[in-house]
Amino acid sequence: MDRRKSLKSIVLGSVAGGLAIHGCRPEPTVPETAVQEVPMLKWRTARENEQLAELEAERFLTAHEEETLTILCDLILPGSEEYKSASDADVVSFIEFMAKDIPTMQVDLRGGVMWLDHRSNLDHGVEFKAATEAQQKAILDTIAYYDPEVPGNERPFEVNFFSMVRNLTMTGFYTSKIGIEELGYKGNMPNVWDGVPDDVLAQHGVSYDPEWLAKCVDQGKRNIVAEWDENGNLLT
Amino acid sequence: MQIKENGTVYDAIVVGSGAGGGMATKVLADAGLKVAVVEAGPFFDPADPEQKTQLRWPYESPRRGAGTVRPFGDFDAAYGGWEIEGEPYTHKDGTKFDWFRSHMLGGRTNHWGRISLRFGPDDFKHKSIDGHGDDWPIGYDDVKPYYDKVDKLIGVFGTNEGLRNDPDGFFLPPPKPRLHELFYIRGAKKSGVPVYPSRMSMLTKRINNDRGVCFYCGQCSRACQVYADFSAGTCLIFPAQKSRGQVDLFVNCMVREVTVDGEGRATGVSYINKEDRKEYKLKGRVVVLGASACSTARILLNSKSPQHPNGLGNSSDHVGKYLHDSTGADRVGFVPDLMNRKVSYNEDGVGGMHVYSPWWGDNSKLDFPRGYHIEIGGGMRMPGYGFGFNVNEFNKFFGTKVGGYGDILRSDAKKYYGALVGMSGRGESIALKSNYCEIDPTTVDEWGIPVLRFHYKWSDYEKNQAKHMQDTFEEIIIKMGGEPLGDKPGKEVDYGLHAPGRIIHEVGTTRMGDDPKTSVTNRYQQLHDVDNVFVVDAGVFTSQADKNCTWTILALSWRASDYIVEQLKQQNL
Repeated sequence: MDRRKSLKSIVLGSVAGGLAIHGCRPEPTVPETAVQEVPMLKWRTARENEQLAELEAERFLTAHEEETLTILCDLILPGSEEYKSASDADVVSFIEFMAKDIPTMQVDLRGGVMWLDHRSNLDHGVEFKAATEAQQKAILDTIAYYDPEVPGNERPFEVNFFSMVRNLTMTGFYTSKIGIEELGYKGNMPNVWDGVPDDVLAQHGVSYDPEWLAKCVDQGKRNIVAEWDENGNLLT
Repeated sequence: MQIKENGTVYDAIVVGSGAGGGMATKVLADAGLKVAVVEAGPFFDPADPEQKTQLRWPYESPRRGAGTVRPFGDFDAAYGGWEIEGEPYTHKDGTKFDWFRSHMLGGRTNHWGRISLRFGPDDFKHKSIDGHGDDWPIGYDDVKPYYDKVDKLIGVFGTNEGLRNDPDGFFLPPPKPRLHELFYIRGAKKSGVPVYPSRMSMLTKRINNDRGVCFYCGQCSRACQVYADFSAGTCLIFPAQKSRGQVDLFVNCMVREVTVDGEGRATGVSYINKEDRKEYKLKGRVVVLGASACSTARILLNSKSPQHPNGLGNSSDHVGKYLHDSTGADRVGFVPDLMNRKVSYNEDGVGGMHVYSPWWGDNSKLDFPRGYHIEIGGGMRMPGYGFGFNVNEFNKFFGTKVGGYGDILRSDAKKYYGALVGMSGRGESIALKSNYCEIDPTTVDEWGIPVLRFHYKWSDYEKNQAKHMQDTFEEIIIKMGGEPLGDKPGKEVDYGLHAPGRIIHEVGTTRMGDDPKTSVTNRYQQLHDVDNVFVVDAGVFTSQADKNCTWTILALSWRASDYIVEQLKQQNL
């Protein structure tokens, strides 16, 4: 779908217009009340806020696609006693947004869900979402691995479809609050950097050159205003 | 429609609020002058808790920081990009130039890499060394006092190493290297490439009581809420507003042209107020253009009058000519010894690299005349859009299956987290008259202003330099025990050389020189043709160096502004 065109339709039309651009739909979509109001944030420009509101007002995934992707994403990152699942991080909503943000993904996403249902109907006589977990995994086992030596554009569609959903699931999950917690990333907060801890240096078999370290900042003096002599030697 | 004229006569009208315009504003206001700053974009202050993007989490962006809208991602502090809706530019003869603009207070300094390198003595006199391009009319000794002053005013960390063409300065102490940087040091040294602490304008130590000290979030590209990195808005414009001079900010105002009197001297500027879409005029004794190399050229070329039929300052027909950007090529390596990292600590550090390699080669023995420096990337960065893509692709190096699903992906993500080291070469290209921007008479932007049309082609020198970069990167990756990723870019893709404009170091469009026939500005950045118009952005660079241009823009703008103050005092302007 051409994003410009679809945006235009959204701007011009209301709910009806939004439906019209998707053509005929086999089933009702998520009710419009589910569309969240986009807050106008000052850290985005007015135009960016406007564009975001347009994207959020649009719906891409059908209810069936959303249900199928929810199952698929949870097979990719399943929940357990130890771990949160993809759906705990609401990964499918992220995929829904990205499909509108980068519309070149849309046909592959839509076609990929159709491929899954087709395969599942052939192999198991039910749509993918209605198959048992064992049946679903039997399908995934045929598409989840790829040969990295084969260029991406020469791999079978279904393999690339699965890779795309896996990639989006990984990003969607590990950029969420629970994903970042699981990863253990310690940054994005004020701190004072004073070098790599000794145990980490030892683990990776590297060390600091004492001459280099001698040039580095003495964090104990970071709040003392800098003064130099005329040759550029720091005095404080 | 009547053009509305403001009754005030300013001592100086500064166009643009980035490095050049910001510095001019500070120096002129400090001298007690009445200054108007005309900025094409909105007001911006990263200390405004609502406006800041620093310390936001990826999930505060529905696209998790992807670059769909802003090319460096949702949280990047530059409003704009290579493409701006309603503000097109065009190309000639199928050539390519990508023009990055950031319309906002502080301009592109809000997001830049803060790599703050002085030009060295050779960089001002390269024609004398290798016969290419032209020498600057000034030398390192003319600029050195201003580099010194910029170091002390703004703050830059680094080390005095006594390198001949990478001069010493007044440095704050550098941060310690990160883990992947220790691997880079190892690989580079084995390859004969020197490595030093990087030189960047973040405050690792307090420099005054108005600005804070770096708290190591690694997000300088988002602009700093405690003003611990250099942005022209926070470090120059805001202090200028508190100085003894008067500073009037005109934001969301896009300058169309410099206006002139019957004698052809500048009387001020005309601009479009983007909010009411009307045209206005400001009057000033001096006009100081710091709109960026290409925007300033555009303003001059659009300033046509009976006195200046070829555009202002363009009797030489050199405005827009000699446009040149830094070269750039990159490679990433996977380092198995960096696998299975402990995430027990925060290694965000300053935004960007803690170590770098200045140019080390001898060009007299190489098939390209100018050098490049190497920038280093890597580490356990905050996840953003793209995290976990092809999560276990590196399994191929161990002969295990690639892809899959389930909890194995979680352990793969952690196994490979922070195991990449990236290298970027940023080098000097040769300034050529045949690379230029000009006015495209067939196209205007949404403000009705005729747009720029670019003509730009790399020469073989830049391509040969990129080949050298690729060979060097590969060797360093291998010598740090890594695997170079992807195919090595070959001749058919110009060795991965980025299109001109991608490195965002464009300079040269109003170059300085002693001969008014072959240059636009004199050694004080004053138009040869009009004595009360000055250029303080990178347009005046006679040549780029294997350095980033910002520190030199700042030093030169300060120098030119001192000259303006002096000339105003002597009533020469």
